[in-house]
Amino acid sequence: MTASVPTPPRDADAWARPVERLSTTASGASRDTVTGRRVVGPVQGFGQMWQKTFTVRLDGIDADPESVVRHWKERFPSFWPRGARFYAPLSGIQPGEVALLEVAPMPGPVRMSTGVMVIYADRESFTFMTPEGHALSAWLTFSASRDGDVTVVQAQALERTADPIIELTYLLGANRANDRFWEETLANLARSLGVETPVVSAHKVCVDRRRQWRYFGNVRKSAALAMALGTMTAPARWLRRHRAARD
Amino acid sequence: MTGTTIDVIPASSATILRIHGEITGASEATLMDAYGEAPPGTRSVVLDFSDLEYMNSGGIGLLVTLLVRAQRAGQRLLAIGLSEHYRQILSLTRLDEAIGIHDDEPAALAAASA
Repeated sequence: MTASVPTPPRDADAWARPVERLSTTASGASRDTVTGRRVVGPVQGFGQMWQKTFTVRLDGIDADPESVVRHWKERFPSFWPRGARFYAPLSGIQPGEVALLEVAPMPGPVRMSTGVMVIYADRESFTFMTPEGHALSAWLTFSASRDGDVTVVQAQALERTADPIIELTYLLGANRANDRFWEETLANLARSLGVETPVVSAHKVCVDRRRQWRYFGNVRKSAALAMALGTMTAPARWLRRHRAARD
Repeated sequence: MTGTTIDVIPASSATILRIHGEITGASEATLMDAYGEAPPGTRSVVLDFSDLEYMNSGGIGLLVTLLVRAQRAGQRLLAIGLSEHYRQILSLTRLDEAIGIHDDEPAALAAASA
C-alpha cells in the first residue's frame, strides 16, 4: 500500500512562509527599523478600520493584467510620489521578502523609516503587510484584472492606524494625505503605461468605527514617534556633543 | 476557476459555513450572504475549510472583514478543516490570534458552547 501524497494547493508558491521576526536584504535606507519586528495586520491595529480601494482604467492601452503587474513589481518604487522612498529587497517583490521605506506619516518634515513584508505575490496581484512600528497596521493589495476589453489596475488597503497618535493625525488630515499617496501612485503607473490623463477612482468604507483600545500600547513601538522625538531633541544632542568637545 | 459555494448549517451551539471551492476577493457576496443566513442569536460562526481549494490574499482580506462583522455582532469566529498550508497562512497573517482554530467540528462546537 502506498501513502498518497497530498497535492499542494495552486496558491502554495504565492504565499510567504510564516516568520516570527522580520529580516531584510534591502539596502540603501538611512535606518532599518524593521529587523527583529513582527508583521501586523488590521487585527492588531488601534484605529478605525478602513477599506480603501483605488482603481484606474487603462483605456486604449494594450496591456493584459499579468504584464501590468509584472511592470508594477519591477518598477514599484518609481511610481511613488516624490519624497517617498522604497528600497526593494535583492530578489524584488517576492513572497517572504521585506522592503524598507521612508515616508512622511503625516504632513510635515518628519520622515518615518519603516518597511513592508511581501506576504503574497502571484502573476496578477501582490500583497504587503506592515511591521510593528509602522504608522498603519495594514494589508495592501495591488492587482490588475480585466473589465471587458480594458485592464483595470487596483490598489486596496485594509488598514487601521497603529496607535492613538497616528489615529489623531488621521483625524487631522493624514487620512486624506494617505489617499492622495495611492491616487498619485496609480496615476503615475497608468502614465508609465501610456495613459495620457489617468482618472483614479477612490472608494472608502469605514469597516469598523470602533477603536481597539487594547492596542493603545502600540505607541511604544512607533517609528514615527521615535523619528519625531529624534528630530526634536537633535539640537540638544548637538549642543551636548559640542560642549563635551570644547571641554 | 471553480467559484465558491457555501452551505449554511445551523448546529447546536453555532452556525457552520461549509466552504467549497475557492475564496478570493470575488467571493465577497457569497461569503457575506452565507454569513447573513445565520439564524438570529447565533453566538459562534464556524468556517469549515475542508473543501477549500484555493485562497489568495483577497480571500484573506474577506476573512478580516467577516471577523469584524462577527465581532461587532458579539459573535466568535472559529475555523476547522484547515490544511497545514492554510494554517500557516492564518499564522503568517496573525489571523489565528483572532479566529479560533480547531481540528474538527466536535472540537469547534464544544469550544462554541463553552
